[in-house]
Amino acid sequence: MALAFPFSAIVGQDEMKMALLIAAVDQGVGGVMVFGDRGTGKSTAVRALAALLPPMSVVKGCRFNGDPKSHQDYCATTCEVRAAIDGGAEMETEDAPVPVVDLPLGATEDRVVGALDLERALTQGEKAFEPGLLARAHRGFLYIDEVNLLEDHLVDLLLDVAASGENVVEREGLSVRHPAKFVLVGSGNPEEGELRPQLLDRFGLAVEVTTPKDLETRVEVVKRRDAFERDPRGFLAAWNQREAGEALRIREARDRVQEVEVPDDVLNTVAKLCMTLGTDGLRGELTVIRAARALAALEGDVEVDERHVRKVAAMALRHRLRRDPLDESGSTVRVERAVGEVLGAEA
Amino acid sequence: MEILGTQAPDPAGLGPAGETGPDPREPQRVDPWTDAALVAALIAVDPAGLGGVCIKALPGPARDAWLAMLRDLLPDSAPLRRVPLHVTDERLLGGLDLAATLHAGRPVAERGVLVEADGGVVVLAMAERLTPSFAAKVGLVIDQGAVRVERDGIAALTATRFGVVALDESVGPDEAPPDALLDRLAFLMELEGLRQRDIGEALHDRDEVIAARERLAAVTISDESLEALCGAAMAMGVASLRAPTFALRVARAAAALDRRDTVEQDDLTLAARLVLAPRATRMPPPPPPPPEDEEEQEEEPPPPDDGEDERDQQDDEDKPLEDRIVDAAQAAIPANLLARLMAAAERRRRTGILGRSGEQRKALTRGRPIGSRRGDPRGGARLALIETLRAAAPWQPLRRAEVNLWADTGRSPPRVLVRKDDFRVTRFKKRSQATIIFVVDASGSSAIARLGEAKGAVELLLADCYARRDQVALIAFRGKGAETLLPPTRSLARAKKRLAGFPGGGGTPLAAGIEAAHMMAEVARTRGETPSVVILTDGRANVTLEGIGGRARAEEEAKGAAQSLKAIGVATLLVDTSLRPAPKAQALAETMGATYMPLPRADARALSTAARDAARTAE
Repeated sequence: MALAFPFSAIVGQDEMKMALLIAAVDQGVGGVMVFGDRGTGKSTAVRALAALLPPMSVVKGCRFNGDPKSHQDYCATTCEVRAAIDGGAEMETEDAPVPVVDLPLGATEDRVVGALDLERALTQGEKAFEPGLLARAHRGFLYIDEVNLLEDHLVDLLLDVAASGENVVEREGLSVRHPAKFVLVGSGNPEEGELRPQLLDRFGLAVEVTTPKDLETRVEVVKRRDAFERDPRGFLAAWNQREAGEALRIREARDRVQEVEVPDDVLNTVAKLCMTLGTDGLRGELTVIRAARALAALEGDVEVDERHVRKVAAMALRHRLRRDPLDESGSTVRVERAVGEVLGAEA
Repeated sequence: MEILGTQAPDPAGLGPAGETGPDPREPQRVDPWTDAALVAALIAVDPAGLGGVCIKALPGPARDAWLAMLRDLLPDSAPLRRVPLHVTDERLLGGLDLAATLHAGRPVAERGVLVEADGGVVVLAMAERLTPSFAAKVGLVIDQGAVRVERDGIAALTATRFGVVALDESVGPDEAPPDALLDRLAFLMELEGLRQRDIGEALHDRDEVIAARERLAAVTISDESLEALCGAAMAMGVASLRAPTFALRVARAAAALDRRDTVEQDDLTLAARLVLAPRATRMPPPPPPPPEDEEEQEEEPPPPDDGEDERDQQDDEDKPLEDRIVDAAQAAIPANLLARLMAAAERRRRTGILGRSGEQRKALTRGRPIGSRRGDPRGGARLALIETLRAAAPWQPLRRAEVNLWADTGRSPPRVLVRKDDFRVTRFKKRSQATIIFVVDASGSSAIARLGEAKGAVELLLADCYARRDQVALIAFRGKGAETLLPPTRSLARAKKRLAGFPGGGGTPLAAGIEAAHMMAEVARTRGETPSVVILTDGRANVTLEGIGGRARAEEEAKGAAQSLKAIGVATLLVDTSLRPAPKAQALAETMGATYMPLPRADARALSTAARDAARTAE
């Protein structure tokens, strides 16, 4: 299989990279939606992220990426491992890479939610549940490139699961429910189709990427891309150190993020910011705070301050400006204006 | 590479013999067939790396000859697969091979066309009719160098790398292959207007191609050249970063074809001409006027071969590489650049409509599949093979046991026992696209302040349409007639912009407005959509269809138009924008069979409900 371009070698696109790193540090921040021009490395960045994620502990043999801590209380109704452990078997755990699962546009519903295991049905005449992509993505990332072109019925299904964190399958006489908590990562080009507002809501962060305009950056992009394609292994080796550094930064930030303090005045500032923008509900506020905290952890700070809020405000809020759904062009500008109002001009 | 200097037989009046007359400053255009032959050879050298080509041409000898040439140049081992327009995802990407599955009694995956084309070329017919979603699927495979199948119980990732030949048969400016596809192809080529006698020979043979393939990996390019290509792309306003990457690879492939290990200037100019120029969005800024520029102007175009060289040499001394590349490419920038750009923008403005209507007509049974149901796969219903198999699967041991009871007939029982009860057919949800046509009275009588409110009301409705994924269209009338501000689209932002920018004032050509809505509604209907009309007016018509003032006549005509609108049975809502509910508007609403709603009472919710109800009655 083709090797993935290293994350740290992506030129520019800082906001996109920051959003992905934040989601990697705190998966609770919600998904990331990347809007942007063609050929700006949207999917490259998402696929590259997989290599940086520290492994997670899973119950050995569990096909639903069961978390050892909660596996016995909550895993798929059909999880054989759980049944075995309940029957007295020892729980074994192992490290597994955090899944970054691709949901391709041509996917059919049965593969997304899971369905009757055709193989076993055909060869053994058994009814068994074959987990789908949602199960595979549990505790990891579910990536949909060109998400705005995804078929409506799949979108509906995703909305439902993303909201409840659980996938319920009732078909073929099968009745299965299993946890499916994942970070939804989408990318798309708004020119090709619009995203349903309900789906957009599911994304914690939204970033916009544009083609770099300055020659130097453009040359560097082309150069690195070319170097990678001509000698992927050599290129990866050359970037190995940087990648390892980035991976370490994520791991440390993950360990630390829950201890990062959010002082009251920052909470107030964020509340004020959201009020100024008139975002609905608390989700915007919570997302700003969580994202700022993750960013602080990434930057090695023990406390969230204005700088962090300033950096994450746009990505956490630009897609939540519900008051005027028609004013789509100016959402980034509106957030920036509000940030300027509440936090003052940047020092 | 001496082709740069070859004299161009005139392609369809593009060259010096054209109406515009010769421009002595313009570098010689290259014979289109020569370029075409080069493109074929380059693709044969590195099909996957170059992405491929989009050929704009109607079916004909030129295109056939080109395809045959490509086939000849490709090594025997490289497949060339044609993909029909309405290929199913199963055939395209792969899925379950039913025959093999039945035979083997276990799931057997089938390879899709894209996997079969590994190492070769995929030919996409009628590329201008491809949907964005098709382009996205193919694009994903190209980007990843692999097909990821998650279909029908099959999950597989299969590596495949191929080039694409997209056959663009569009005639008008309305059609074009999806941008997402074009962005992934190195070459955009036109063979239109090529006559029989223009068709020439290939410039290379297969052995040269094979030699070039072997050499390709070793071809180096200097940083300076790479920077110059990127700079040239910028100078021509080529935004995508894929373009300079392709230019780079084309330069390499060209060097390899020429049996060289380093990229030289000729390769760069060739790459710029073939890859960058067709994507130019602006003419490169003129270089600071060099003194020899004027001399050149006076000179007759120099004799092809030496002239080109001479000039190159001259340039070599005082021009940076990038400018030399740009100069060479400039001639290949399509002459009618502005017109093309406008057409492209217009197309983008309307892709919503065109793309969707095509998609809708695609299947015999329309609508989107929403699973399957038990049923008889006859009478046009589509058998849901997988679901059928699935339904049958669990019962196999049981049925086999039954069969074994009387299996002494000597025939071995089939591997999979499918019974009539197992048949599943695909269910389609036939939801036709709702298209809401807004007709806004922007006349003076509608008072400027009220126009603002009317616009506000439309915006509210637009937001609502967005949530329901309806299409909206905007017609405004004022002064002498009606104007379509926006053909049916789903883009709200666009609708809003068009609306906000439309000035008010002037007479009230109400009849013209109603007629425009009438026409648009009928068109929408022929596209299989469900139109409904929302008219915002005070009903005080005072301009006739001919655009002249006259209240009595204008009102008479408005009434007539209203009646004929009623006759086609389109759901209509009339929002009265006058300050106080006006009897005229009310009467008009009655004539056209519209739901009447005075704006003063129309708060957001009421309006949206009314519009929705109106739309529903239509269904």
